Amino acid sequence: MTNPSESVIIVVVSRALARLIQLFGIYVIIHGHYSPGGGFQGGALLAAGVILLRMTEGYRESQTETSTAAAIPLASLGALIFAGTGLVTLAFGGYYMDYGAVPVPGVEEPIVRYYGILLVEFGIGLAVMTALVAIFDDMLGQAPGGDGEHAPAESTGAPPKI
Amino acid sequence: MSLVQDIVAASLIVAGLLIMLVGSLGILRLPDFFTRTHAASKVDTTGIIFLLAGLAVFEGPTQAMGKLLITIAVIMLANPVAVHALARAAWNYGERPWSNGDDSGGRKSK
Repeated sequence: MTNPSESVIIVVVSRALARLIQLFGIYVIIHGHYSPGGGFQGGALLAAGVILLRMTEGYRESQTETSTAAAIPLASLGALIFAGTGLVTLAFGGYYMDYGAVPVPGVEEPIVRYYGILLVEFGIGLAVMTALVAIFDDMLGQAPGGDGEHAPAESTGAPPKI
Repeated sequence: MSLVQDIVAASLIVAGLLIMLVGSLGILRLPDFFTRTHAASKVDTTGIIFLLAGLAVFEGPTQAMGKLLITIAVIMLANPVAVHALARAAWNYGERPWSNGDDSGGRKSK
């Protein structure tokens, strides 16, 4: 799975499909307020696009998507956005994640709540996407600093190639 | 909702269901991995496309119809390639097609 697929059909179609999957993931994230979906589901879809490319283009080729080194810092950033948005409302005297408490001049309270929820969904999406990619890379034995230590031993049979 | 629209929609849905029936019979009856994969791919490509096309006709020109057409396009792109990847992985792993007089039942043959 760490090597690119030898089939041109699989590589070309998966490149197109990954973009469609990620576009749908963004749609699910930004529609999380008033339709089924949200940050977690959208983040899982975004990660699915990256993991599809990891499986078909190979580990090295798909580093331009979400690199293994960037995955954990970006997941931390997503969690920071998620928790930090809640803490900002505390600073203005509201409850945790009570977005209406933040006074934004010239903007109605429902609109502030709308964008507060959107920011939290964005943070969750970023954290979930990069965390899932990091888990997948770890299972490949390609964790940052792992230098292949956890790589699975070569099995006796020929490994199934896609 | 005109009568013609209903008839076309019902015909497409029934056609999709018939293809699914034939594909299901193929999964049960055919002798080895490759032929069974072939039958299964008919179910989840052609059968689903006919079914969704019938639903799109039934729905008429609405937003739901657009979503159904996008779903059909994605299925046409993704499913044949998924089956291709499956058969390719099986071939690379050593699975070989059934031939006349082979009683291994599709087991791995060297």
